[in-house]
Amino acid sequence: MTAPPVVRLRDLRHDYGRTRALDGLSLDIPAGLMVGLVGPDGVGKSTLLALIAGAKILQDGGVEVLGGDIALKKWRGEICPRIAYMPQGLGKNLYPDLTVEENISFFSRLYGQSAAEGATRVAGLMRDIGLAPFAKRLCSQLSGGMKQKLGLCCALIHDPALLILDEPTTGVDPLSRRQFWELVENMRATALGPDGAAAAMSVIVATAYMEEAQRFDFLIVMNEGRILATGAPREIMAATSAQTIEDAFVALLPNGAARPKLIIPPWKTDGGPPVISARGLTKTFGAFTAVDHVDLDIARGEIFGFLGSNGCGKTTTMKMLTGLLEASSGSALLFGQSVQAGGIEARRRVGYMSQGFSLYSELSVRQNLDLHARLFALAPQVAREKVAELMARFGLEDYGDALAADLPLGLRQRLSLAVALVHGPDLLILDEPTSGVDPLARDEFWALLIDLSRDRGVTIFMSTHFMNEAARCDRISLMDSGKILATGTPAEIVAAQGANTLEDAFISLLEQAGAARPPSAARLAAPKTPPKNPAFSLRRMMAYTIREVLELSRDPIRLSYAILGPALLLLLLGFGITTDVNSLTFAALDRDNSFYSRAYLSEVRGSSYFLEQPEIIDGRDLIDRMKGGKVSATIEIPPGFGRDIKKGEPTEVSVWIDGAMPFRAETIHGYLTSAHQQFINDPAIRGLKPAAPAAAAIATRFRYNQSFDSIYAMVPGSIALQLALMPAILMALAIVREKELGSITNLYVTPVTRLEFLLGKQLPYIVLAFADFLVMFLMALYIFNVPLKGGFSALALGALVYVAATTGFGMVISAFTKTQIAALFGATILTILPATMFSGMSTPAASITGFGRIMGQAFPMTYFLPICVGAFTKGLHFADLAGHLAKLALFFPVLVGLSLLLLRKQEK
Amino acid sequence: MQSAMQTWLNIFWLGTKELRSFLRDYVLLGLVLYSFSMAILAQAQSHGQELYNAAIAVADEDGSELSGRLARVFLPPYFLPAQNVSAGEIDRLMDIGAFTFILDIPPNFERDFLGGRRPTLQVNVDATAMLQAGIGAGYIQQILSDEMAKFSTRQDRPEPAAIAQNVRIAFNPNLVTAWFSSVMGIISSTTMLAIILAGAAVVREREHGTVEHLLVMPVTPFEIAFAKIWANSLIILVAVALSLTFVVRGLLAIPIAGSVPLFLCGAAFYLFFATSVGVFLATIARTMPQLGLLYLLVAVPLNLLSGGNTPLESMPPLLRNLMQLSPATHFVAVAQAVLYRGAGFDLVWPHFLAMTAIGGLFLALSIWRFRSVSG
Repeated sequence: MTAPPVVRLRDLRHDYGRTRALDGLSLDIPAGLMVGLVGPDGVGKSTLLALIAGAKILQDGGVEVLGGDIALKKWRGEICPRIAYMPQGLGKNLYPDLTVEENISFFSRLYGQSAAEGATRVAGLMRDIGLAPFAKRLCSQLSGGMKQKLGLCCALIHDPALLILDEPTTGVDPLSRRQFWELVENMRATALGPDGAAAAMSVIVATAYMEEAQRFDFLIVMNEGRILATGAPREIMAATSAQTIEDAFVALLPNGAARPKLIIPPWKTDGGPPVISARGLTKTFGAFTAVDHVDLDIARGEIFGFLGSNGCGKTTTMKMLTGLLEASSGSALLFGQSVQAGGIEARRRVGYMSQGFSLYSELSVRQNLDLHARLFALAPQVAREKVAELMARFGLEDYGDALAADLPLGLRQRLSLAVALVHGPDLLILDEPTSGVDPLARDEFWALLIDLSRDRGVTIFMSTHFMNEAARCDRISLMDSGKILATGTPAEIVAAQGANTLEDAFISLLEQAGAARPPSAARLAAPKTPPKNPAFSLRRMMAYTIREVLELSRDPIRLSYAILGPALLLLLLGFGITTDVNSLTFAALDRDNSFYSRAYLSEVRGSSYFLEQPEIIDGRDLIDRMKGGKVSATIEIPPGFGRDIKKGEPTEVSVWIDGAMPFRAETIHGYLTSAHQQFINDPAIRGLKPAAPAAAAIATRFRYNQSFDSIYAMVPGSIALQLALMPAILMALAIVREKELGSITNLYVTPVTRLEFLLGKQLPYIVLAFADFLVMFLMALYIFNVPLKGGFSALALGALVYVAATTGFGMVISAFTKTQIAALFGATILTILPATMFSGMSTPAASITGFGRIMGQAFPMTYFLPICVGAFTKGLHFADLAGHLAKLALFFPVLVGLSLLLLRKQEK
Repeated sequence: MQSAMQTWLNIFWLGTKELRSFLRDYVLLGLVLYSFSMAILAQAQSHGQELYNAAIAVADEDGSELSGRLARVFLPPYFLPAQNVSAGEIDRLMDIGAFTFILDIPPNFERDFLGGRRPTLQVNVDATAMLQAGIGAGYIQQILSDEMAKFSTRQDRPEPAAIAQNVRIAFNPNLVTAWFSSVMGIISSTTMLAIILAGAAVVREREHGTVEHLLVMPVTPFEIAFAKIWANSLIILVAVALSLTFVVRGLLAIPIAGSVPLFLCGAAFYLFFATSVGVFLATIARTMPQLGLLYLLVAVPLNLLSGGNTPLESMPPLLRNLMQLSPATHFVAVAQAVLYRGAGFDLVWPHFLAMTAIGGLFLALSIWRFRSVSG
């Protein structure tokens, strides 16, 4: 052995809670080879790959990758640019709102490639892998298989020394799969080492396709967290005296020896009307025709296979048959009834399994099955038995209480299938049901399908990329570019093409249809990037900025809400919230009804602050009307009020004020006191007694706002409020979204640092929020006529520093939340309260006590509000506001630092 | 068509799924807990509705006995201890917002006062501190007048007030902010949470493709939407009840005048409306960020303009009438009438009627929208 092993495992263990995923692995993986990792679903393959890639935190044992310890942060940073990792799942680390080209360019920037180098590489890779015609298509519009190809492109962008692929060809059609492996071979052949000399790339692949495994140089067979066998496929086959790797694999498994041979009894039509009957079924999306005049007749009890390259329209056809999509033209009948008209009753007879996992990932396996049994109205007893039967049949018993989210791909597929079968449907529409499922489980699944079809007359319509499965179908159809190329029994199709195998027949049919593109023979000699890994790279940061901007620009609705929303709210709050209270309701109870009592009441009646309600009848009426909130104050004048005044006897007016809303009560109190004073000082009332003039005058000066008009405080305050809310919420969602949708993996396994990631994502939102500020600033000037009395430069600088802080606030929230719901709620609840209550908008900051004071002081608006109000209303300039600005400026670094602490660079 | 029984069963089982997902998200659970406990406590302590801890300073240019008395007259809890400042600093201190009020006592004030030359006390008020400035200016005027009157009565006999005004405050005699702000805090948390939980539950199903899965089953869009509405309403109703019992009554020891069940009944009516709004917004938004923005546009005005924050009487008439169309306004009215004033159903039924009518309309609208977008 000359080359040291590329990966060295020493007694590696990994647990998920109480479940042991890896149980003491020790192994040297030789360098420069194609290494296959095979094993049943859920035995720890993905965990092992994620650990090698450095995406997961190492728990116990040792992993050396490329000659260094992967547990060391420094080493991870060093080798990161030399490793590529493509996680499991259809396009999980890709961005649905970016085009094919933009996705690849994003990764090119993440690896710090220059614009020119990136462009050459992106173009070359797209051509090699056959994605060039789709360069401008959004990733969300790609079929599952095309997403896998794109994922590979993204993984290969930086010529890695070690390529780690987790089930890369699951759900990919045979032709594309062939191209895929050719491409990987090419890459390996032309790969260069860091010194520029030729050095074969090491590839580690987990796969469920045994035909693929057969072609690899070195295989690792795993089961239940342990290694069963290692060696070249030849050696493994020899050791188990098997003919194929699939047989060898099965023989290695503890329960594999007893595997019964799958026997498919011949199918006989009962001559009844077809269960599925489609005529001229067509679906267009704009100018693109996804499904083009498809005719299908599928008889009762038939197992009908649907084959075709990725993106050829299989899924669309199936969705039209289930009624999920409406056909653009043509007709589809299920059980002799049109799909739409069949409605609820028809749905009871159909079981559907979609391509992507579409069950509730937050429910456990058993809860998912129970829920579906209930929705299909199975009797409780029947449901219990059925669920138990299906769990046994699909080997899910051990996972009954596991969350669907935590299941490996193969087990999720089994669960989806079990769910589709729970109600005993007459027709099963299955979209790639066995993708990613291990061979043993696939055979069990087929045994079930055969039983359903032959013994119970269930019709099965399924799509598949496994040729050995297609060969088991009664009839198959081959589809390409929305059209059906051929239909017949597998034997007929092989014969018609004069081919040896179904796979060859399939490829030859596709090549005739012009679908196949010859893969380019030689890889483009792209300039090499010397592996350098600066601590902070502007290019990598900009990768996230550009991505975020692209996504925003793809979403004009979000962009316009983000600009218009705060403007609209400012309009509403600026005009709507005032502290100038008027139209207060009051009612009188005049027990005197004299000149004096009427004069007293007219002081109140004449005030624009009050609206009089019908007079009060008695004490009971008074209480009821106060309780019901019909009046907010009552004035009761005692009998003999006028007489007493004339005589100079003391008398007393009785006032009740509704205290339910303290501020309003205070205001009413103030108004009524001054009305009372006016009455007393009225010369007509004072009559004979001249009042002694007050010994001193009290002059109240309302500064900055002589008219004491609340708009001058409210508008600047509302601007500060809007700039706290919107940026925080958008920012909070921006990061947690990547966590929820899976693309956070890119942070784990590429050289991008957390700081680059955070700042790159924050930058666009700072710009957006600042644009909001400018819009609202102009509104204040021209719509509200609130003049800017102070300096604009201080205000604008303050706003910039402020939005950096509020987006930072959102960033912290999204660093510790896991779901978008929690982030959205968290950002709102943690912003609104301190913003409206504790940062000086309603009560001056100095007067706030208790917990609110702490909240207020830890919230940036407390420091921006004086800047905003100061610049607008108090006429202040830079020098006056420097103190507040300095405090405000502290938030950004502190919040970014906090986010850095909370955000992990590895998965737990 | 399936039986009505099955419809309700489907709604029930789909709803239990909502409850399960909610209980699974610990961070969300923590945030809900916070918003109905810590957040309520913080608001109760805020004293935002009263004159409390107002920052005041006195520039005493006289240095006499009277001016000394005037400088000491501002007492807690209404005022923070008055600070002494020099007259020259007044402008700068007002500019940086160090004090809301600064009293300026001119030189020779006492001499002029006793000599009957009517000197002028100047009270500087920072008018940008709206609420506090308004209430405080009145208080200060009253306090100064009283104190000066007391000072003069050393020489003169006090004149008994011939015509008195006896003001009593009903339902909250000491005008304690906490009584008001704690319950209003619960209402504002309710609105926010209801819209977000229901709306986000719908968007999440779409983003994860699970709605598609449901639609191929014998489940109608009505059932899916209604399940989200009841389940999320229930979560919040429980939170409201717990918060009222343990936080408002327990920790804050605030007396509740009326019937808690009647209030909770009002809350249930309101929740049907608020969760419907959430579902409705989710049918407009395609993604979670869009929902977040739409949510802001709806929830912020709903909360701030419902009369639970500033009085309805302070809004322009047009807006005030418009807000009568918002169930939030009626819910605030119900809460105030029932919890503070002890009103029974006989007095608040018009608000219930309005909430039911508008809420029902929105429920129908959101389910109709949900059906049309989910096909």
